[in-house]
Amino acid sequence: MHDNSRLIVMGGSWGGIQASMRILQGLPADYSIPIVLVLHRLRNHEGSLQELYSKKLLLQAVEIDDKTPLEKGHVYIAPANYHVLLEKDHTFSLDDSELENYSRPSIDVTFASAADVFGKNTVGILLSGASKDGSSGLKYIFEKKGTAIVQDPDEAEITTMPLAAINSTPGCSILNVERIQAYLLTLHGH
Amino acid sequence: MKPEQEELFEQEVEALIKEIHTQYGYDFSGYARASVYRRIRRFLGQKHLQSIEELRRFLFTDSFFFENFLQEITVNVTEMFRDPTFYKSLRENVLPILSTYPFIKVWDAGCSTGEELFSLAILLEEEGLLGRTKIYATDINQKVLRQAKEGIFSASHMAAYTSAYYAAGGKRDFAEYYTSNYGSVKFNSSLVRNVVFYPHNLATDSSFNEFHLIVCRNVLIYFNRALQERVYHLFDESLVSLGYLGLGKKETLAMSGISDKYSFVDKNNRIYRKNS
Repeated sequence: MHDNSRLIVMGGSWGGIQASMRILQGLPADYSIPIVLVLHRLRNHEGSLQELYSKKLLLQAVEIDDKTPLEKGHVYIAPANYHVLLEKDHTFSLDDSELENYSRPSIDVTFASAADVFGKNTVGILLSGASKDGSSGLKYIFEKKGTAIVQDPDEAEITTMPLAAINSTPGCSILNVERIQAYLLTLHGH
Repeated sequence: MKPEQEELFEQEVEALIKEIHTQYGYDFSGYARASVYRRIRRFLGQKHLQSIEELRRFLFTDSFFFENFLQEITVNVTEMFRDPTFYKSLRENVLPILSTYPFIKVWDAGCSTGEELFSLAILLEEEGLLGRTKIYATDINQKVLRQAKEGIFSASHMAAYTSAYYAAGGKRDFAEYYTSNYGSVKFNSSLVRNVVFYPHNLATDSSFNEFHLIVCRNVLIYFNRALQERVYHLFDESLVSLGYLGLGKKETLAMSGISDKYSFVDKNNRIYRKNS
């Protein structure tokens, strides 16, 4: 059912922008696996995360439109006020249904949807945050034999999110941002 | 769910979609699957159902249960003046042009419970156009249409709606438009005096009139590319030359077959105009 293409899904809230930026800055422009980034932000907030990431990354940063297709060398940013789902044909579907964990976008929603499509080839990374969103999604990825990584609470700006995930998925890998980046680089080109 | 279970779930959902079409005439075959799976799993959880088989039995023996299912599967989450900049842009870039027509026809496609419809009506009222505008408000779901007609919304949202109204360039005291009563508010029915409510299924029904403006926001995100294509052609058939199309903030004509015939009026707010 699943082909061999991989997907990296990364989530965070408070402190998640900085942590994800540090990880992604070290990845080359032709990085071989598409990356989806789900960060909590203020509702109806117009500020452009895309601009922020575009300036600092070699990768192309784009805000997701409905039915955008996945391509390597890209970081796909979840738009404010939508949940982000993955389709089997490797395109995105957006969804504006109820908040999950008081959030839209919700990290749980995207993590679970990614795992349904990419199965064991899903790499889920949960970063700093002041919410419990993401922990059940990460558990779901882990149950589907995907890779579950949590930012080391010792360095996370806010530990609520990492600790919740470690608690619900004790088998996850706990890594600091440097080691997360090094791990992603080992996946490049394989 | 294990991969085998996942595959079984998906096969069962496909069979269910076919059966719903045969039994009730609703065609979900063009709905985006990621969302359908998610909605169905959510519905199973809410109703404490263990399997698709169990769901099937309820759906086909109890039409009230089916109504309820329909309500949950088709997302009806909506709000007034969602993305205030969209409404501001309509007010500034579209309504002045529409005001040059003696009579204006607007289609609010997928109007759900009416929050978007009342937002549009208020905009038209303040620009002095409501009296000569006819709005067709359609939805697949008859229950939400009845709610839209009543214009009764929960008072708990009014603070957010009020600030969105002003952000959208609102010109009056927002409270003029509604009366409050026991935790809910009722919007003045004069706002919808020229509105025709009627059931229309974008997946299967055809064009029924010609419009100067079609607003369809965050409805097509639940469809797959093929069904989206059908609906974009339906809209194209239903728009006058130089007519306007307003989509959701993250929806795009870019990948559709009609994109060459349309230009951006406001790219950021996804407002298009049909070329002459």
